[in-house]
Amino acid sequence: MNVLYFAWVRQKVGRSEETIEHTPELRTVSDLAALLRARGGGYAGAFTDMSRLRAAVNQVHVALDAPLSSGDEVAFFPPVTGG
Amino acid sequence: MSANIHIQAEDFDVSDEVEALTADQPTTGAVATFTGYVRGGDGLTALTLEHYPGMTEREIAHIAADAAKRWSLTGVTIIHRIGRLEVGERIVLVAVASAHRGAAFEACEFLMDYLKTRAPFWKQEERDGANDWVDAKETDDAAAERWRKP
Repeated sequence: MNVLYFAWVRQKVGRSEETIEHTPELRTVSDLAALLRARGGGYAGAFTDMSRLRAAVNQVHVALDAPLSSGDEVAFFPPVTGG
Repeated sequence: MSANIHIQAEDFDVSDEVEALTADQPTTGAVATFTGYVRGGDGLTALTLEHYPGMTEREIAHIAADAAKRWSLTGVTIIHRIGRLEVGERIVLVAVASAHRGAAFEACEFLMDYLKTRAPFWKQEERDGANDWVDAKETDDAAAERWRKP
């Protein structure tokens, strides 16, 4: 899976994207967030309070319990502030 | 109806965009436009806008298609700028063409409300050389939510 980060999520984790292999344990977006949080450091900072985060799978807004599959593009970002 | 959607660093000219929107559209009787600017006055000197390339265009196209289902429109142009913009600069344009003003006014407001809550843009504010991410406003969510009422 290609995982993308935007705005302060990108700044906290220190990168804008990375590849993470999809495994059967990664059932949902929430599972992926837990895996990232467990890395500690900037990841822990970005993924501790999930109420501050939003996610998209394959460029569509999703809830955190949305399912994941191999080849998905997953993005994590704060609530949007355009316009 | 096809929507013109542009995500760009460059400025835009509102009258040129309205001209293009109404060209060869004899059934257009009304155009409503909304232009958003970088608002100063509280120490803010500039904004930097980041977006999610690909998803942004897709999400805005989806919002425009929703508007076209709700109202009878003859054209829509949406331009959103990205990068660093100083106080007084234009950020966003929503221009909606329709046969009559009611649909144009309402669809323009609908598009802006949804753009603010669905399109993946993020603003960083520049004050005294420091940069801070802008928090989403609950009032923007409420503005978008009211269109869901029957």
